[in-house]
Amino acid sequence: MKKEITFTLNNEKVIVEVDPKWTLLYLLREVFEMTGTKEGCGYGECGACTVIIDGQAVNSCLYPVMEAEGRQIVTIEGLMTKEGDLDPLQKAFVDEGAVQCGFCIPGMIMSSKALLDEKEKPTEDEIKECIEGNLCRCTGYVKIVDAIKTVADRR
Amino acid sequence: MDGLKFVGQRVPKKDAPLKATGDAVYIQDLKVPGMLHGKILYSKYPHARIVKIDTAKALALPGVKAVLTGADVPNNFKFGFLKDNPPLKSGKVLSTRDEIAAVAAVSLEIAEEALDLIEVEYEELPGIFDPLTAMKEGSALIHEELKSNVLKLPWKFVHGDVEAAKKESAFIAEDTFSTQWVTHCCLGTSGCVATFDASNNLTVYSNTQIPSLAQNDFLEALKTFGLKKKRVRVIQAVIGGGFGSKLDTYAYEYIAILLALKTRKPVKIVFSREEEFLATSPRQCTITKISQGCDKDGRLTFREMEMVLDNGAYTSWGATTPSVMMVPISSLYKVPNIKYTAKCVYTNNTYCQAFRGYGNPQATFAIESCLDQLAEKAGIDPHEIRRINANEPGELTPQNFKITSCGMKDCIEEVVKRLDWKGKRGKADGRGVGMASLIHVGGAARVYKSDGCGTIIKVDDNGKVDVITGSSEIGQGSDTIIAQIVAEVLGVGVDDINIINNDTDVCPWDVGAHASRTTFVAGNSALGAAEKIRDQIMEIAAKTLGEPVEALEMKDGIIFSKNDKEKNIPFGKVLRKAHYSLGGRMLVAENFYDPPNENFDQTFRGNLSVTYAYGAHGVEVEVDKETGQVKILNYIAAHDVGKAINPMLLEGQIYGGGLQGIGYALGERMIYDKGYLKNGNFLDYKMPTVRDVPPVQAVIVESDEHAGPFGAKGIGEPGLVPTAPAIANAIYDAVGVRIKDLPITPEKILKALKEKAKQNG
Repeated sequence: MKKEITFTLNNEKVIVEVDPKWTLLYLLREVFEMTGTKEGCGYGECGACTVIIDGQAVNSCLYPVMEAEGRQIVTIEGLMTKEGDLDPLQKAFVDEGAVQCGFCIPGMIMSSKALLDEKEKPTEDEIKECIEGNLCRCTGYVKIVDAIKTVADRR
Repeated sequence: MDGLKFVGQRVPKKDAPLKATGDAVYIQDLKVPGMLHGKILYSKYPHARIVKIDTAKALALPGVKAVLTGADVPNNFKFGFLKDNPPLKSGKVLSTRDEIAAVAAVSLEIAEEALDLIEVEYEELPGIFDPLTAMKEGSALIHEELKSNVLKLPWKFVHGDVEAAKKESAFIAEDTFSTQWVTHCCLGTSGCVATFDASNNLTVYSNTQIPSLAQNDFLEALKTFGLKKKRVRVIQAVIGGGFGSKLDTYAYEYIAILLALKTRKPVKIVFSREEEFLATSPRQCTITKISQGCDKDGRLTFREMEMVLDNGAYTSWGATTPSVMMVPISSLYKVPNIKYTAKCVYTNNTYCQAFRGYGNPQATFAIESCLDQLAEKAGIDPHEIRRINANEPGELTPQNFKITSCGMKDCIEEVVKRLDWKGKRGKADGRGVGMASLIHVGGAARVYKSDGCGTIIKVDDNGKVDVITGSSEIGQGSDTIIAQIVAEVLGVGVDDINIINNDTDVCPWDVGAHASRTTFVAGNSALGAAEKIRDQIMEIAAKTLGEPVEALEMKDGIIFSKNDKEKNIPFGKVLRKAHYSLGGRMLVAENFYDPPNENFDQTFRGNLSVTYAYGAHGVEVEVDKETGQVKILNYIAAHDVGKAINPMLLEGQIYGGGLQGIGYALGERMIYDKGYLKNGNFLDYKMPTVRDVPPVQAVIVESDEHAGPFGAKGIGEPGLVPTAPAIANAIYDAVGVRIKDLPITPEKILKALKEKAKQNG
């Protein structure tokens, strides 16, 4: 039995019929065909599917779709400005060499975005804490941490 | 090499914006109209006879379009290095990753449901899970049609006289070292979409690292399936990590092809994370007996190694890793006498494959751990023994490697200086320092008969340049390196260059992203093509400007006369002249670069690589004697890279490789218990997180390799080669125990400390 839910996705109100068994990730990727949010494991251990829900970074692969009702949800597709400019975090990831294969990057950016939205000047430890659940196999994380720091330092 | 504008710069990776915005299309994201979803049923047992498979209920499920078993594989088709691996098994299963049935359905959910409806009756057989047991005379045979479980592969290298050298050595150290299975953990799992057109030509959307070789593998398969004279097109989606895992074709690809053929629909198979752990092939585990000797001054006299590799049940290209292990075994340091043998042994375990370094990390762990043991016996500082024996330019090594540029000593000295080696060494107070060096192929590796890569460059009216390369982009940054090289030659911006690298219908041939070869081979190929197109452009400009070609220079998109700067013409205008003049011409250049390296002869001699990459890693650790926990306080990774074409991307290779090496050294391990994988998920496998990153310095040593593009050597793999022995050596310096079996877990350290206390007590 499908049910209708309403929420805000990347600043736009959406009304959609969902199967209550779905995860939010399924809705995003398979129904809306917004494939920027990645599935790296499907059980909340890699962080590739991270989105921001009411300001919090959340693994969308574990998030029951019905819970989305009434919430503000931001995905990687919602970060660029209307003019087509990259978000400062996206730009820093590009400029600092933090991207290799790139599969983890949308999740990394969403996790760090949630942190930077909450804290003006996070410490290095807070940065590490915020991406502790985001696995990356390519970069050794060094330039990812550098990129996040760069954005924080410029504030 | 002064005056370089693009080479040597920290140019952002060309595809990074695409990836940072979520726009990059990985295989997971790809949809083809009418596409079905395939799923694979794996064996319940590591060794069993399949008595019966009943697929009727699965086939009857609405939405299921096909169910295949081993009986549906035409003409006994098998794939792999020794063609011993059927994509769907019948009769017997030999490991828990054996594919025994596959389903194509209109949705993933229905395909998964259908798998549960396939009824399989097995007769379980006793398995062999230890290669040493499998090697014993009279052991049951994994492949009954073969006479032995030891693969018939000729892994033996002998140079000089090891026995005589043993007698003459002042000091000898010998021991046994072992390494574990580790897996690539690509964040994007493996997958493909296979689709046939009406004439049975095949397109495979793939994340392979070897598009041209995969194309050939699929062509072979089609021929065996009875589809002769067909075309195969391989299109690479954006690849979510490689590290060697995609250097061979896998059963799932042939299964997708068979399902597509059966259903006449595109079929997509993408691995779940559990499948990725189970059904891709890890780094081979090894048992190595090693003995090394030196004279009274510390000069190495011989190196003898005997190795056993668990091959698993089937054979991929990974069974050739001993040929690359020979690189450090014969040529890491100057060693006059060498003896090496390796046996790959069939077991009922998972079969192994390529993983960054291709055997080199396993060999280097034994060599560099044992070298510290030898140094201790000889009473020489580990740094000193490495300095004394270091490789040098101009050397011809036992395997006939011609050492050209060699920054090994510089790397060792960087480590010593930056670690404060002399100040920190030998305190035995729970803190210690250790180091290890590396040699690897740095100028390609002639594994196949060709080691080449093609490039086509075409230039359009507006001054934009399309570079069509055979090389694959797997995250390492080949797109950007090639663009920097071409930009440097043509004097246009990196942003004016478009790299096309993902379609065998369009791209020239290449043997793939392996052996750290892409910057060197694809870079040289692109360099040659760029020079050819520059010559064509200059010729037209010379005519137009009425100046001799020699007098012209190209800079910032303008071609001008060195004699008279007033005489100039923009790049784009020259191109329009080419197209719009009477009897016009295209501006296209092609270049195939096949490096002047050599295949091994039957004795495994030959200059495998045009040049060799060197490096040294140094590490300071603190070991908690109560818990056995190791904390890395400082990590120095110094690499001779020839020339850093892009220091930023290069550091990324070193940091990334280094952390994979730290995982290999201290924690990662696939736990197989009697053929069953026990930790096939991220939580239990413990791949490093951001919390495991130590303070790390990537030190770039430039030796300017004359054969490399702008002086560059390969750097893809070296980052993890010496990591484990450097850490093991540091732990020994800190607490006096040597762990010889990877990974170095707290339990192993505590046990060793306890034994040591017993001996002393």
